[in-house]
Amino acid sequence: MNWDVLLLPETLALYAEGLVTTLWLLAGSLFFGGALSLLLALALTSRVAALRWLAGAYTYCIRGTPLLIQIFLIYYGIAQLEWIQARWDAVWPWTMFKDAFFCALLALALNNAAYTAEMLAGAMRETAPGELEAAQAMGMSRWQIQRRIVLPSALRRTLPAYGNEVVMMLHSTSLASTVPALIDLTAAASRIYADFFLPFEAFLFAAAIYLCITFMLVGVFKALEWRFLGHLRPRSH
Amino acid sequence: MSLATPSKLEVIDLHKRYGSHEVLKGVSLKAHAGDVISIIGSSGSGKSTLLRCINLLEKPHQGRIIVAGEELHLRPTRTGELEAASAQQLQRLRTRLAMVFQSFNLWAHMTVLQNIIEAPVHLLKLPREQAVQTARLYLERVGLSGVEDRYPAHLSGGQQQRVAIARALAVEPEVMLFDEPTSALDPELVSEVLRVMQQLAVEHRTMVVVTHEMGFAREVSNHLIFLHQGRIEEQGDPREVLARPQSERLAQFLAGSLK
Repeated sequence: MNWDVLLLPETLALYAEGLVTTLWLLAGSLFFGGALSLLLALALTSRVAALRWLAGAYTYCIRGTPLLIQIFLIYYGIAQLEWIQARWDAVWPWTMFKDAFFCALLALALNNAAYTAEMLAGAMRETAPGELEAAQAMGMSRWQIQRRIVLPSALRRTLPAYGNEVVMMLHSTSLASTVPALIDLTAAASRIYADFFLPFEAFLFAAAIYLCITFMLVGVFKALEWRFLGHLRPRSH
Repeated sequence: MSLATPSKLEVIDLHKRYGSHEVLKGVSLKAHAGDVISIIGSSGSGKSTLLRCINLLEKPHQGRIIVAGEELHLRPTRTGELEAASAQQLQRLRTRLAMVFQSFNLWAHMTVLQNIIEAPVHLLKLPREQAVQTARLYLERVGLSGVEDRYPAHLSGGQQQRVAIARALAVEPEVMLFDEPTSALDPELVSEVLRVMQQLAVEHRTMVVVTHEMGFAREVSNHLIFLHQGRIEEQGDPREVLARPQSERLAQFLAGSLK
């Protein structure tokens, strides 16, 4: 074992660069995936059959195929289309498909949105019928019931499962290392492994960093659950 | 019961069926200001359905509903039921008809205070400060000061139902609809809810109460309706009706429920 190599300034800098990319990928995919999942969940629970069907088809396809293939399709597949090639030098937003980070982020966000939407829609469907009736009887409109009762309640109940999903997302970002020209934490470890031929050291160090982030994420979600799920806790007094 | 004052609630010839089974076969009732109408009847007599048709939680097939002089505009759906012609009007009239449910139906993710100020703040658009003040007032009225920040699940059934009553009071409704408000409660918790409802009657609030509590029906309400197989079998002054039932059905029902 040769741990000294890991403490070289260049090595640490490479890990740091990878860590920053990983965290941005995670934050970005959670942000855009979260926004999209909200719309998808509303569509999945909509009264309009066409919307339910469309959103259902989307989540079915995304959840039915491996994330790695989705990344490849977006990074390599789209780049192969002549229609895109004719535009990606000049016309926004197609220029972005030349950017490795964008392609990885897009794949991760689309993937995250599908899983989160199904979780959220499930929780929305499980809203107690009596609570909905009380809201109707009070004179709330459909949209007010969604906004004031269904979503706040469902978002809270989704929190524990969402915490797991976020940790899964963190680990999924390592698949982005397969995109050339993108240095995330896993790609940084691969680079260092290749440079020094120290697989154990290189990957164990990356694994330790993932572990630390996971530990922090779990802590954050524990705190969020304490804050937002008080109504489901057993009475303490 | 003065005939000069306009009625707070009038239901005319209400019909409702599930498939081919007719649950309500033409029921009418009228509540003037301060009336407390008790509706009794065996299970399946249609009493809860009647109450739930009044605020359109169930869609009737025929009938008219008039709240404080304003008739709810209804139009037939494809399946032959009646629905509100205007969602806005339905929502507006629903806030005038607060409902208290058998299973409380408080919003679980909101604290007691949030439950009570929800409709005043977001539907009636009252200033939050004022809504909170009113909420505390009504909480005190139902004997529950100090539980503002608790969640419903952390309260007993009787306390939850009293919060639900405070929530209904907070919109200052024309009529309060009670759907078997004590049926889900342990026997020792029933009285705390009935006491609050009795207090409301003393304050001359207009109430329509579906109940199994014969004591409440007799002592608190000023009008009693006995529903049997979707029809009003007998109605009138509660003491009179309960003491001297005219129909065999009511006599049978009373023999079964009054031990």
